[in-house]
Amino acid sequence: MRPVKLRYFAWVRERVGNDEEEIELPDGVADVAGLMTWLAGRDEGYAAAFAEPDVIRAALDQTHVDHDAPLAGAREVAFFPPMTGG
Amino acid sequence: MKPWNPNIRVQAEPFDAAHESQRLTAGRNDVGALVTFTGLCRDEGGRLAALELEHYPGMAEAEIARIAAQAAERWPLMGLTAIHRTGKIAPGEPIVLVVTASAHRKAAFEAAEFLMDFLKTKAPFWKKEHHKDGASGDWVDARDADDDAADRWS
Repeated sequence: MRPVKLRYFAWVRERVGNDEEEIELPDGVADVAGLMTWLAGRDEGYAAAFAEPDVIRAALDQTHVDHDAPLAGAREVAFFPPMTGG
Repeated sequence: MKPWNPNIRVQAEPFDAAHESQRLTAGRNDVGALVTFTGLCRDEGGRLAALELEHYPGMAEAEIARIAAQAAERWPLMGLTAIHRTGKIAPGEPIVLVVTASAHRKAAFEAAEFLMDFLKTKAPFWKKEHHKDGASGDWVDARDADDDAADRWS
């Protein structure tokens, strides 16, 4: 168990109902995909946010990563939809 | 070949494209090509009241800096400015500005296009529509065409 800051943006934030939170990373959650699966089981909002994990983008410490990226050492994990700026 | 730093800003305020362009050429005579791109908020046939731009503070600036560094590696640029606005933006108002300076036009044109393609697909910004009928509309969907545009540079 170790503390990690989670941040959510756009419709992921709206469905989760929170823009950021501090969690204790459960043992056995090793990568981004595993964290999404764990979050989806928390309640209905999280389940709705992570219903289609393939669509969700992730960043570790403010750098884009793939879903198989290990969480080891990360202090901040962010989840958001595909970007639509510009 | 890089005695300059890119000018990168994320801000709620509007920007002055002409002023930003002049800043890249002021006091120098070696720039032969300056490309300025401004992205504006469309009204989508009159139904849109505003776009609301959400961003990831910190990562937005960092990601634009990474994209700018790649452009500077790839083309012989002499200056680069990238400004992205946040918050509510009305139709007709500017959202994003990219300015590139180089000795020759090809590098300036290509670098500006590269920057915009990656700003759209990699920089953490999200657009939400607000409709004229008062309804808060949907989040804008990412377009496959934008991903294709970014992919062609790899």
